[in-house]
Amino acid sequence: MDLITHKSSDGPEIVVLNDPSAFTSSFGCFVKTGARDEQPEIAGVSHFLEHMVFKGTLRRSAEDVNRELDHLGAHSNAFTSEDATVFYASVLPECQEHAVDLLTDLMQPTLEEEKFETEKQVVLEEIAMYDDQPPYGAFERATELFFGDHPLSTRVLGTTESVADLSVAQMRAYHSQRYTQDNVYVVACGKIEVPQLIEQVSKVAEGWGKTAGGLDVPAPEFGSGKETLERELAHQSYMVRLWPGLNCNDPDRYALRMLCSILADDSGSRLFWELIDTGRAETAILWPQMFADCGCITGYLCCAPGDAESNEEIVNRVIDEIVAKGVTEKEMELARNKIEAGLILSDERPSNRLFALGQSWLARKNYEPIDAVLSRYRNVTAADIQRLAEQTINVDSVTVRVAGEELA
Amino acid sequence: MDQKVLHRQFDNGLVLLGEPMPWLRSAAFTFLIPAGTCFEPNGLDGLAGLTSEMTQRGCADLDSRAFGERLDELGVERSSSVTTNHSSFSCAMPSSVLKDVLPLYADLVQRPHLPPAQIGDARQLCLQDLRALDDEPSHRCFSELKRFRYPLPFGRISQGTREGLEQCEQLAVQEFFQENYRPQGSILAVAGKFDWDELCEIVEKSLGDWQGEGGPQLPALQSCYGSRHVDYSSSQTHLALAYDCVSYESPDYYQTRALVGVLSDGMSSRLFSEVREKRGLVYSVFATCFSMAGQGSVLCYAGTTTTRAEETLSVLLETIHSLGDGISEDELARLKNRIKSSLVFEQESSAARSSQIASDWFYLGRVPNREEVLEKVDQLSCDSLLQHFSQNIPKNYSLVTVGSQALELPDGFDYSQV
Repeated sequence: MDLITHKSSDGPEIVVLNDPSAFTSSFGCFVKTGARDEQPEIAGVSHFLEHMVFKGTLRRSAEDVNRELDHLGAHSNAFTSEDATVFYASVLPECQEHAVDLLTDLMQPTLEEEKFETEKQVVLEEIAMYDDQPPYGAFERATELFFGDHPLSTRVLGTTESVADLSVAQMRAYHSQRYTQDNVYVVACGKIEVPQLIEQVSKVAEGWGKTAGGLDVPAPEFGSGKETLERELAHQSYMVRLWPGLNCNDPDRYALRMLCSILADDSGSRLFWELIDTGRAETAILWPQMFADCGCITGYLCCAPGDAESNEEIVNRVIDEIVAKGVTEKEMELARNKIEAGLILSDERPSNRLFALGQSWLARKNYEPIDAVLSRYRNVTAADIQRLAEQTINVDSVTVRVAGEELA
Repeated sequence: MDQKVLHRQFDNGLVLLGEPMPWLRSAAFTFLIPAGTCFEPNGLDGLAGLTSEMTQRGCADLDSRAFGERLDELGVERSSSVTTNHSSFSCAMPSSVLKDVLPLYADLVQRPHLPPAQIGDARQLCLQDLRALDDEPSHRCFSELKRFRYPLPFGRISQGTREGLEQCEQLAVQEFFQENYRPQGSILAVAGKFDWDELCEIVEKSLGDWQGEGGPQLPALQSCYGSRHVDYSSSQTHLALAYDCVSYESPDYYQTRALVGVLSDGMSSRLFSEVREKRGLVYSVFATCFSMAGQGSVLCYAGTTTTRAEETLSVLLETIHSLGDGISEDELARLKNRIKSSLVFEQESSAARSSQIASDWFYLGRVPNREEVLEKVDQLSCDSLLQHFSQNIPKNYSLVTVGSQALELPDGFDYSQV
């Protein structure tokens, strides 16, 4: 597989992992913009804009966009996170030209007011849908407490109020600053005609603007503390905790993933045997979230309301043990094998590889093939993991609980 | 990419299927055991799930922890589930370890410890799943729809009931295992990178001596129709709607599947356009085909804020019946393209193919190959779809709403049995 990159003076950077033997081709427009790039008064605009991107361009109506995606037989979708908005389509190789034309055209939507108002209702329904799933709200509140004044505290969906108050003019201004030739990355994996892709993207992106610059970001000051959200309809008790983590370029990130795997992944981890295998909890997991300038470890516990307190004590005991005594060689070996198999299975599909490549490129303008990544995991030592445990999960955390009906 | 599906039936009744995909680095299997919820004794709702959980707590010479660690050591991604008909175990792994993983699952289905000391823990785990369902109204409306539309033994849900789980003792688990974990009716489907002869040898050696009698006969299914409401304090009203269609086994299945595709496949489909895009009534709306005991149903879902629920139901029903106004050439062409490209995408996933061939074998007793599917898809025409629709006008509706306000089927839709 060849990694090919191309950047002209007035077009987006193109990053390709070409595999001529693949059956399919996957294309993505990775826009380096998300909730962290929003001022408080426009909270939720990145995600709402992700919806509006499908609502028509100068060359296509909203109906044309949907019809063409289906005509291509594309597996396509989009998502928004704290720091990226991603649009992608996987198609058969013979559909490359059409798929690329469509995806790149979408980056310059017309953002008509009538469509904006209709789609606002859909976004509000999306918030209402999540609002019916009780953990919703706990992650968001924990993030606010943890990141404080830092823009990473912004809710990706915004709130019912911020979305309802958003105007089309605010969205147009945000779009013109963020969907620019130096902030959009065109990423492709699978069977790709590379020269054709480069020529086509350069032509389509001629009129795209340039980025004026992002928000001034303060250095993060992590908060700590506890809060409880009362939810009338919750049958389970939910707990979200955030601890300080690592930024996405920290060389210790491989060790951090192994720590989370050993401590609390969904099979065979310490918390699995303590809480899941014993039926004490439905879910008990930890995972790292890494951003350009900082990161966190997120913990999530879901159990019967009457067990919440005793389970929290077990979590604290298991964390204390790992901080004090570290991990065993056997645990390291099992974690490595799990991570390795997961990477091999995931790497099989060009569509999965697209996300790994795109996210890696946004984070560090670099991509390591799977074998290089595996050797990074092999180099992690038990001492690395214990040192990281001391630096992260041993520090005061933010805890937000959603109290279920037996507690409330 | 040549496709062949290999098949062998062992003397004890076990069916082994294999689809070689030598271009992959992985292998995957789906192991269907005829131990679904429809075989649970009355009053013991949840026993199939509890038994499945107990079988995974140690077998042969490995205890629960050693079994889990062995799978982690080999790098196996695994899951288990229970449906109306089956208890199912699915694994995906680097192809080199398939030969080590299959014997472990052969032990699991034949020689589990079912450790009595762990039944309390296993039951707690099942109760967790049940409580989690209560916090997911969009899933819960489908569970309630299943209970409402399909009488016993077909209407049981995989999570069971609190009362049922509390009644399930160790003896019931042992008996359920003895009666239902058996080779007759079991399907082991393997896809990915493997050698068929070597696979047959491993399966012969590890499962060839598996013993067990044939299972019980199930009664005929007679569906129930009408409306049911579950009161729930939520932001949205969640609607699950079902109506009759032809089943997976029918030669006309592709006609029905295509009509559901016109309704729900992709962003230009009619439900997405009419309910979400034009009116902004929902974030999520879809329709899908479902077959049980030889009967087909189309299942639809929409979630919307309560004040707009009545309008949403009305647009949903209108859109379903708009199929009778005809299907355009353009709609059909898009649909065919989507199906054809999906067949290629499947070739990238051993897990997807192992699951598909197991399911095909269960419903059809054979696995249609890609050429056959493509031929059926090519034969679809606007006329054939319209004709199929007019011969199978949606009827026998069941509606379940979960939310703070009940909805009824409008006149002409309720109890429209024939």
